[in-house]
Amino acid sequence: MLAIKLAFKNLIGAGLRTWLNAFVLSIAYVVIIWHSGILEGWNRQARRDMIDWQIGGGEVWQKNYDPYDPFTLTDAHAPVPEKFQEQIKAGKLTPILVTSGSFYPEGRIQSVLLKGIDPQQSILKLPAGSLQKDNEAIPAMIGTRMAKNNRLKEGDYVTIRWRDALGTFDAAEIKIARIFKTSVPAVDNGQIWLPLDQLQNMLQMPGEATYLILEPGQNPIKISGWQHQGYDVLLAEMDEIIRRKSIGGTILYTIMLLLAMLAIFDTQVFAIFRRQKEIGTDIALGMTRGQVIGLFTVEGAVHGILAAVMAAIYGIPLLSMQAVHGMAMPEGMDDYGLAGAERIFPVYSTALIIGTVILVMITTTIVSYLPSLKIAKMKPTDAIRGKLQ
Amino acid sequence: MENGKLITIQNLVKHYPMGKGRFTALKDINLTFEKGEFSGVVGPSGSGKTTLLNIMGSLDVPSEGTVRVLGSEIGTLSHKAAARLRNHNIGFIFQTYNLMPVYNVFENVEFPLLLLKMPVKERRQAVLDALEWVGLSDKVKSRPKQLSGGESQRVSIARAMVKRPHIVLADEPTANLDADNSHHILQTMEKLNRDLKTTFIFATHDDKVIQYLKRKISLADGKVQSDEKSPGNRNPESGHEIQ
Repeated sequence: MLAIKLAFKNLIGAGLRTWLNAFVLSIAYVVIIWHSGILEGWNRQARRDMIDWQIGGGEVWQKNYDPYDPFTLTDAHAPVPEKFQEQIKAGKLTPILVTSGSFYPEGRIQSVLLKGIDPQQSILKLPAGSLQKDNEAIPAMIGTRMAKNNRLKEGDYVTIRWRDALGTFDAAEIKIARIFKTSVPAVDNGQIWLPLDQLQNMLQMPGEATYLILEPGQNPIKISGWQHQGYDVLLAEMDEIIRRKSIGGTILYTIMLLLAMLAIFDTQVFAIFRRQKEIGTDIALGMTRGQVIGLFTVEGAVHGILAAVMAAIYGIPLLSMQAVHGMAMPEGMDDYGLAGAERIFPVYSTALIIGTVILVMITTTIVSYLPSLKIAKMKPTDAIRGKLQ
Repeated sequence: MENGKLITIQNLVKHYPMGKGRFTALKDINLTFEKGEFSGVVGPSGSGKTTLLNIMGSLDVPSEGTVRVLGSEIGTLSHKAAARLRNHNIGFIFQTYNLMPVYNVFENVEFPLLLLKMPVKERRQAVLDALEWVGLSDKVKSRPKQLSGGESQRVSIARAMVKRPHIVLADEPTANLDADNSHHILQTMEKLNRDLKTTFIFATHDDKVIQYLKRKISLADGKVQSDEKSPGNRNPESGHEIQ
């Protein structure tokens, strides 16, 4: 208690030097919290968007389906089991049929995944309702990336080609009924969404699906030949990307922290050199060497407290404002395959804030303690006279 | 305490390493100090005065011989025990005052009592009393840089006296002061010695201090040359020498 009281007095008395150090350290607090908050916000948003647009509450795969191997698509379909029908009718499960094909935008051939979706579904955010029957052509919807890459716009007609269940090639004209904007590239790039029943007819696979998507919160019915895939599998890739991003973030804020610690370390070394006389006097007045080391260590650590206060003063309004307004992300960033919205809203959890404060405090204390050990080697008789040692 | 003796020094020798050899700062010193003394170790620079004071103050240890302060043998004390001895029983007055620049006068004087963990109310009264003894009751809030040399040294005296120690060790307390201020602080210390029976031991070569001493131990080349008690030859009111 005495050390804290004296440390505060000494630091406040030291004036500008203390506040400069505290300011540098406060930047470390704010940057670490801001950066982690952005990453956390981004991660949550990406997961939420994947759930909303792509995977719902989980998927039930036909046993041959492997999303990473397009060759499996030929065999990855089967009639939707009767036991699923009740959930499908209730809108808690929706079937998706997938096949590979090609299409010819502006006369060029492009590989594409044709996906059939129920226009009535409401599990995913995909605007499947726009796939209403059209007498002129098969209605289709594509994402903005797909539209941009192939110079397609709503109302355009384009030819698609596929092979049906019997291996016969067939072709038809589709009309781009809707171009949707999503932050999830996995439902956009290289994909054309068609009405499920029409795709089933085109492929001669009536009542069949490749996989089904569950409504969030729904439990799957276990049926032979169909495998439930939960978030652990469906979000594994995303979690891996998040983990790698976190490592990058950790490196960044370790550098920030090291810079701040360098300032504290230098201050401590300088203070011990400059305040030798004071150290000698403290010992003459009855402090033990341990108490003096404790005092200097606490002084260093108190920088952490002052910095936290300072960071709170300018950091809370700054970070709160960003939490409300979000941070604009550059266009085309999600072309790299990571779901990213136009604006990222950072998330600052209590654990993040408390964790950062504890981390900075512990690091500051250690960095303050190390140079203070020099005090133990000082001869008080020389220190009192301020003799260089 | 042994037979009323606060400090007993027997066959004290102090060496310091110097290059490949060593330098002997104190040679075979034998002295005793009793309660209430107002004495001084006098001699030229390098005679070993400060070294002797430092050892008596448990800031340094003897190379040979024994030094007992209030029954504790300095050479055998741990760092903690030495700190405790200084904290409870010894006050220091330094040539350069050694006040904490970031503390005000009150806080500087209060500092030793904080180490003694004295309760707030008692502590506050003790500090105010000490400042009254040295005539600085009106400077409670001043910072050291706002004080003159004489005032700074008086704060230093108050800081040394505030815990009512048995012994005050003053190393060249007047070296940075003019004549008037020197007499003023010496009178203050003499009064405290008289009123509180505190033992004052000076290390000095300043004649202004020497004329106040009731016992003068002369040191040269680390050896005691003489140890004489004197009645004092100055006017106790003005502090000026009587011709």
